[in-house]
Amino acid sequence: MTAALRFDPIRLPEKCEQLRKEVRAFLAEEMARGTFNPFKPNREDTDVPEFCRRVGERGWIGMTWPKKYGGQERSFLERYVVTEEMRVANAPTRRFFVADRQSGPVLLKYAPEHIKMDILPRICRGEICFAIGMSEPNSGSDLFAAKTRATKTDGGYLINGTKIWTSSAHIADYMIAIFRTSPPTKENRRHGLTQFLVKMKQPGIKVNPIGQITGQYEFNEVVFTDFFVPDDHVLGEVDGAWKQATSELAYERSGPERFLETYYVLTELVRAVGANPDTRSAEGIGRLVAQLHTMRRMSVSVAGMLQAGKEPVVEASIVKDIGTVWEQQLPHRVRDLAAFVEETASNRETLERQLDFAIKTAPKLTIQGGTTEVLRGIIARGLGLR
Amino acid sequence: MAESDNIVVETAEKIFADLADPQTINNDKKGSWQAPLWQALSEAGLPLSWVPDDLGGSGASLADGFALLNAAGRFAVAVPLAETMLAGWLLAQARIASPEGEMTVVPASPKDRITVDADGALSGRCRGVPFAKAAKHFAVLAHGKDGVSIALVDASKGRIESGLNVGYDHSDTVTLDKAQPVAVKAAPDGVDQTTLMLMGGVARSLQIAGALESMLDISVRYSNERIAFEKKISKFQAVQHNLARLAGESAAALAAATSAADAIANAKKFDDEVYLEAAAAKIRCAEAAEKGGGIAHQVHGAIGFTIEHILHRYSLRALAWRDDFGSESYWAVELGKLVAVRGADQLWPLVASR
Ligand SMILES: Cc1cc2nc3c(=O)[nH]c(=O)nc-3n(C[C@H](O)[C@H](O)[C@H](O)COP(=O)(O)OP(=O)(O)OC[C@H]3O[C@@H](n4cnc5c(N)ncnc54)[C@H](O)[C@@H]3O)c2cc1C
Repeated sequence: MTAALRFDPIRLPEKCEQLRKEVRAFLAEEMARGTFNPFKPNREDTDVPEFCRRVGERGWIGMTWPKKYGGQERSFLERYVVTEEMRVANAPTRRFFVADRQSGPVLLKYAPEHIKMDILPRICRGEICFAIGMSEPNSGSDLFAAKTRATKTDGGYLINGTKIWTSSAHIADYMIAIFRTSPPTKENRRHGLTQFLVKMKQPGIKVNPIGQITGQYEFNEVVFTDFFVPDDHVLGEVDGAWKQATSELAYERSGPERFLETYYVLTELVRAVGANPDTRSAEGIGRLVAQLHTMRRMSVSVAGMLQAGKEPVVEASIVKDIGTVWEQQLPHRVRDLAAFVEETASNRETLERQLDFAIKTAPKLTIQGGTTEVLRGIIARGLGLR
Repeated sequence: MAESDNIVVETAEKIFADLADPQTINNDKKGSWQAPLWQALSEAGLPLSWVPDDLGGSGASLADGFALLNAAGRFAVAVPLAETMLAGWLLAQARIASPEGEMTVVPASPKDRITVDADGALSGRCRGVPFAKAAKHFAVLAHGKDGVSIALVDASKGRIESGLNVGYDHSDTVTLDKAQPVAVKAAPDGVDQTTLMLMGGVARSLQIAGALESMLDISVRYSNERIAFEKKISKFQAVQHNLARLAGESAAALAAATSAADAIANAKKFDDEVYLEAAAAKIRCAEAAEKGGGIAHQVHGAIGFTIEHILHRYSLRALAWRDDFGSESYWAVELGKLVAVRGADQLWPLVASR
């Protein structure tokens, strides 16, 4: 057999179900106190610092990390459950989610001890926000074309250049970025990039917001001019960031956030259709639920592999590929099925409002976190085709 | 649930490798491969995997039986293994011992109905019954005044109009007209026609997933051999991306099918969660058969469209298996209704239940 692409049928352990109840109760409380409205998904600015701090108080940020850094030493599967419930409820997790998913694990692996002791507990308390500085105006899919320079100077590096599409840079306290520390070599065009921890909100960094077609501001351009980064903010190997950056992506790619971003339209369709759907609606809903269920089983399975200490790069890419294509199609399928929903149906208005937003959201889903084409290239490599 | 006895699967794979090599079977136009294969499977006790020892079977776990069906799918075996296993399972639910030889289950479609009268005689007409023509006995699920019954019927008591499915396997119409069974007993609580269709659907899902694994395998291999424009076609990005999608479909099918099998193997009863698992598996695997099969043929070019090539053994069977025990549209409608009745706010709790 070529590729043993087995997704074992992992079941979430009992204590995950207990945790799920706690998260649901917490989210219900937050809705009741008006922190966010699940029927207005990510519509306005979703940065709600107090919410993040309350999530932190519950111990739900950095929950798999060592206790000495503020973590809870809980399992990936428990983290998985929290992510799912937050996502499905459209909770405003923007401020902590990137740090929880990616930046924290990178620091855990590569940062010097005093920085870990300083930053990780603050992430866990929901106090600080991270951004990811990978893309540049001429380097998106082709990460290794990045040009923003880090030039060695006394006690650190001087940064010059521009990052782009940086989500949340306008609210971020830190960014983990890759910069060019030396030119690529003939043998290895991936060589010469280094990962840095960047403290934001300092002179030498300018953050320019970029609007999105949904009407939101999430993107930014980040311009560095002779910006100083001290030596102890180098993360990992100088010139060797490519190895680090690619393994980081396994975490980014397979979680529940990779197929649940437009999920809310499905719930609203079910609500609008009511208890006695016609055959067409029933079939449409049944198929979408079957697809959702299958993807979730795959995603839970990858969480199980991460828990077991594996590096499921190909499996994670498959989940992201299938997941984002699905969540991109979902609003269009729901629109199609909603065509005959009675004018008087309950929640029809909410459904339409949700659809409008989801349809505007959809185009980005197969681009963020690695485009579909790039992922298929990774899968193809896993199959032994390249 | 015993852990390590995938000795069942190992035994089966060895037999398949020796006696069910797809190329050998494809070359053998007379079908003379069938008897030795069936004999070897029977000697190893595999067709009656799901029948307890005291009822004449080999008493393997549900989980091992499902894994065996997945392996059978990887070889696209075309003997009534799944059917006999299902029949044995059904009979065992009512504590009816299984006879030797090929069996199948009646009905094999959720809409067909067999009735049982006060004397235990069975009547009804059922279409698309797999391998009815090859079967020596039928395991029948029937409806009567007092509820659901399970019966063992000698195949000669039924009238069979033979047919072929799109995979060229027997898919026959069975008519029972006051047929007297060998045995008939009340079905235990919780076993009804839906249960049988879900079991059958999961069996087919595992077979489809297995066929897709093999389609991926032979497609990748072929793309690494076939030269066009002076390169292996595997070096073209468009071909790579097609194969990546095939890998995705194959992985999705396998994930859905094994998850459903695991759900049934560990379930106390067929509740909504098991229903979701089993129905979703059938729907998703059928979709994967369509998309994945299309890609496998695309990669193979014209050679894959010939009867000489083994690809059709997998692709057409995977397509045919979509129809048995409820097609994906049937299950989608039923699953959609279930979701609608439970209501919008119960959708996520159902999906996230395990
Ligand atoms: C909502 C959103 C949030 C984002 N947040 C961040 C962030 O926080 N930080 C960050 O660094 N980046 C972020 N990104 C950027 C994202 O990672 C890039 O957009 C992505 O990697 C694609 O790069 P690009 O936009 O330059 O497109 P390009 O690389 O120019 O690609 C354009 C098209 O060409 C295709 N293409 C390119 N190369 C190949 C190839 N070799 N084979 C086949 N097709 C190819 C691509 O798949 C794509 O379809 C975000 C993007 C989005 C949409």
